[in-house]
Parts: sequence; C-alpha cells; structure tokens
Amino acid sequence: MFYREVGEFKSTYAADQVVFPIRQDRYFVWAVVLFAFVGVPLFANPYWFSAILIPFLILSLAALGLNLLVGYCGQISLGTGGFMAVGAYAAYNLAVRIPGLNPLVAFLLAGGITTVVGIFFGIPSLRIKGFYLAVATLAAQFFLDWVFSRIAWFTHDTPSGSLNAPPVTLFDFTFDTPVRKYLLCLSFAAAFAVLARNLVRGRMGRAWMAIRDMDVAAEIIGIRPLYAKLSAFAVSSFFIGVAGSLWAFVHLGSWEPLAFDVNRSFSLLFMVIIGGLGSILGSFLGAAFITLLPLFLNQFPAWLGLHWSTALIAHLESMIFGALIVFFLIVEPLGLARLWRIAKEKLRLWPFPH
Amino acid sequence: MGFFLEVLLGGLMAGVLYSLVALGLVLIFKASGVFNFAQGAMVLFAALSLVRLMEKMPLPLALLATCVIMLVLAYAIERLVLRPLVNQPGISLFMATLGITFFLEGFGQILWGSDIYKLDLGIPKQPIIILENVFPGGILVGSDDLFATVVSGALVIVLAIFFQKTRIGRALRAVADDHQAAQSIGIPLNQIWLIVWTVAGLVALVAGIIWGSRLGVQFSLSLIALKALPVVILGGFTSVPGAIVGGLIIGVGEKMSEVYLGPHIGGGIENWFAYTVALAFLLVRPEGLFGEKIIDRV
Repeated sequence: MFYREVGEFKSTYAADQVVFPIRQDRYFVWAVVLFAFVGVPLFANPYWFSAILIPFLILSLAALGLNLLVGYCGQISLGTGGFMAVGAYAAYNLAVRIPGLNPLVAFLLAGGITTVVGIFFGIPSLRIKGFYLAVATLAAQFFLDWVFSRIAWFTHDTPSGSLNAPPVTLFDFTFDTPVRKYLLCLSFAAAFAVLARNLVRGRMGRAWMAIRDMDVAAEIIGIRPLYAKLSAFAVSSFFIGVAGSLWAFVHLGSWEPLAFDVNRSFSLLFMVIIGGLGSILGSFLGAAFITLLPLFLNQFPAWLGLHWSTALIAHLESMIFGALIVFFLIVEPLGLARLWRIAKEKLRLWPFPH
Repeated sequence: MGFFLEVLLGGLMAGVLYSLVALGLVLIFKASGVFNFAQGAMVLFAALSLVRLMEKMPLPLALLATCVIMLVLAYAIERLVLRPLVNQPGISLFMATLGITFFLEGFGQILWGSDIYKLDLGIPKQPIIILENVFPGGILVGSDDLFATVVSGALVIVLAIFFQKTRIGRALRAVADDHQAAQSIGIPLNQIWLIVWTVAGLVALVAGIIWGSRLGVQFSLSLIALKALPVVILGGFTSVPGAIVGGLIIGVGEKMSEVYLGPHIGGGIENWFAYTVALAFLLVRPEGLFGEKIIDRV
C-alpha cells in the first residue's frame, strides 16, 4: 500500500536515473547503512566482529568481484582464491618493502597488481568459454598457489612461509580493535558496492551482460569482446585483490599460502550462486549465508544436546553446501536475491493483490 | 638412457591412471553434454564403499554390492539433479555437478568413515626389471602399474565396442548429438542418462580400485579429478581416444618436467604443469586434440 512508485513525480533526468527509484527503498537502504555504521558498533560484541562481521564483509567484497565476472559477464572463474592471494602478497610486499607506504594505499595498489594478473589470466577467455575457461582459471589458481609457496621472494624469505601483516594505520589512527577493523571493512565494502552498482548499469556493465547472454550476438551488434571480457576480468580482479589484502591484513593478521587455496575459490563461487548470479545484493546475501551456516552447524548439535565430532560436522557441512547448490540451481537459479525481489513485488501489491 | 626410459615409462603409467578418470568425464560429456566435475568424488565414493564392504563380505559380493550402489547413485543423480535441470545451459549443469561433488564427499565420509583404508585385492606389487640385457641395470617397472595398464586398456576396448557396435551405444551417440532429435525418434532420454551415469560410476569404481590400491583409499582420491581436467581438455571433451592419448601426454609431461625441469625452478611443479600445457594447447586448438570442432551460432 505504501511501497510503490505511485505519487513519485520525476522532473529531472537525474531523478529518473537514481539507483533506487522507489522512495521507501532509498530510505530503507540509508537506514541499513546507518545501522551498519552506527547501530552495529554499539550493540555487537568483539566475538561477533571477528568471527562473523569482518569475514562476512571481506568475503562479500570478494564475492561482489566474482559476481561481476560470473554473474554479469558470464565468465566462470575458479581462480578467485589465487587472485585473493595475489592481493594479499602484493599488499604485504608493498607495505614491507616500500618504507612509509600506508597500508591502505598498499591495498589499492595491490588491487591494481591483481588487476594486471587477472587480465593476464583472462586472456584465454577470448578464445575459450564455459567450463574450458573454468579449467583455465583453475590453472591460474594452482600456478599462483605454487608461486607463493615456493618462491621465497614473495614471502620475504621467511623460512616457514607464514607472514605477519604490519598494522593498518591512517595518520595516527590504528585499526587495531575489532570495532575499528569492522568499520574499515564496512567502508571498503560500501564504497565498492556503490562502485559496482554504478558500473553495471553503465555502458561497461551493459556490454558485460550482452556478452553473458550471447557473445556472438553481442559481437555482431558492435560490442568488442576483447574490451568487454578483459574489463570484466580487470574490475573483478581489482575487487578480489583488495578483498584479498583486507582478508590477510585485517582478518587473518598472519597467514600462509593455504589460506587462499582452491577451496576458497569454490566457497566464493558458492556464495555467488546461492546469493544470486548477477546481483549486488546477492553477493552480500550469499556471503552472509556461507559465513553463518558453519557457525550455525557448529552450534546446532549443542542446542539439541548432541555431541558430534568436528569431522562429522565438517562432512555434514560439505553435504549441506552441495545439496544447497543443487537446490538453488533447480529451484531458484537467481538465488537469495531473487527471493528478496519477489518479496518486494508482493509488498508492492499488498494488501490488494488483484 | 635407461633412466630416461624409466621416467618415460613411469609417466606413461601415471598417464594411464589419469586416463581412467578422464574416461568417466568424457563418457558423461558425450552422452549428456554435462561436464561432470563430480567424477573424482565418485571415484572416492566407489572406492570407500568397496573397501568398507569388503570388511563385511567376500570380495566378489562386495564388488557386486558396490556396482549396485553406483547404479543407485546414478539413478538418484539422474532423478534429483539432471531431470529438473533439462535444457539448462551447460554452465548451470556444471555448477550442479560441483554441488554433487561436495555432497558426495561429505556423504561418503559420513557413511563410510574418513580414515585411510588399505585396499588389497591381491594385485602383485613387487617391481620387475625388464630389458636387462639392453641397458645396464635394466628398467624398473612396478607390476601393479602393469596391471593397471592392462585393466585400463581392456576397459577402453570394451567401451569403444560398447559405443560403436551396440544398440545402446548408438543411442548414446544420438543423444549426444541432439537431445530433441534423439527423443523424437523414440530414444528414452532418461534411461540413456541413467545408463551413462552408471557406466561412468563403474569406470569410477575401476579407477578407485587402482588408485586406492596404490595410495590407500582416502579423501585425496577425490582430488585426482582435478588432474583429469587438463587431460580431457588436451584430448578433447568428446573423444574416448582423446582421453587416453591426453592422459599419456599429461602423465609423461608431468614426470619429465618434475625430473628434468623441477630442480631448476624449485620443484613441486606437478600441480600446475599439466594445466599450463593444456592451457597453451587450448589457445591453439580450443577443441582439443581429437574433439569435435566447436561452432557458434547466433
């Protein structure tokens, strides 16, 4: 009854092109952002920050990057973990080797380096597609894994291969407490979400979607696959690289190459599928779902008074993930984001659906 | 020279094992256009079932029971996953098999346990030395490797005959060419898929037995599917001989690179070398060695 376009008169082009055309939507989004920045730090405890909220935000950022590539441009990638590793190691090497370089700047530069690497590994996409491309990106994953575990220069010659990130500071302000880390991640996630949203509704995003829907047809109507595909790889890798450096510096603190193995790639792909292919909101929903499910599964037996071994829970988790993937692909290929959209449609007609 | 031949032979035999897994992938792709990422998980599941059943019953009975399990699994996959996803783009089906992979890995280990199990089928293990009169010291060959080679060779011949000569084989090829056309001349699509997934399950069982008796039956069996991916890419997704030749090339390439190239750039390159070879090859010939030419239409 209240949630509808009726009564909103748009008198300028700018007003017509806003991201959320319905006023209530805009209010709602602002409320969510305000709550995330002000409300959450007031209520949440340190455990929530370090175990749920920070990983959720960083993984959302990575999933967002992957979603641009898989969901918007239709180029499937199984190398996300490897690209996150590039971001993490690039940021580390920049921060350690260049004295006086602020880690925050290093994050963005690391994103830039990941972009270059991503474009390089995206070149095969001009020639091959579908699962051939999936295998090609898997090659990137294994190659990058090997590079970071074997070439000592990247790990600064530490004998064990595990690294400790320097503290993240801005002027005299150190991001050391969970709340500060959370706010840092939230700022990154929010800024990149806005960026992504505007990219996909612009010229670039439309070219990606044309390529996704049918690349031969897109080429015929004048979209250059070279630019469209490589720009998707570039933007996606930038997001993933920044997420990788945040993951290493802010969430893990100290890490080894195993933190970015092929399972990370799979879990990010699952986030994108479950959350919704081709949806910004979906990336966040998917990341939330996949971060929360293991925690829930860990707690669940205890609530029932059962004592399950951790191995059993891990296997159960993998079973549930697998079943959910198949379930979503069959029932709702557009994921959780689509459910949200359906709910909004229903709400628009409520309470007189006819 | 003797050492070189030994490395070559070792590579060929490892390649045969990759081919076994790749074969399952190719079979399913040929008949249903599904790129089955779950083949490795099926290998693990089959091997785990066999090894745990052998504890309770004699070998032939356990083998039979495992075959039945693979049949049931194929039926379940066809019924619960493939049938609802008919006519979806290939990439959705691929992601669905990713889901199956995770499900099977979890399910198999909950059902059968997640330790390392020893699989002993009485295959002779002691190495034999051949060509002793040609080279000093001869060439060392594991007799279990020889056994694996013979089994895979036999399997390939049987499958080739099955595909080329039998009624079902022809139906499978028809389905692979065009789902709708095959259906319209009265080939039951669902049955065909059930058959091909069962056959792939049995191939997985053979691969599981041979890998399992070498490495022990454990979770890492599931990862050999990742090794089989470059093999099918190299050989071509639609070609059974391609899977074999691709497997041999990858096997030899891997061993050669590890032995001759590895010391120079730091070792452990086995993991990605095969992928790089396959990738370089894809750029030149996207359909693989023996694959059918890919034609895009609007």
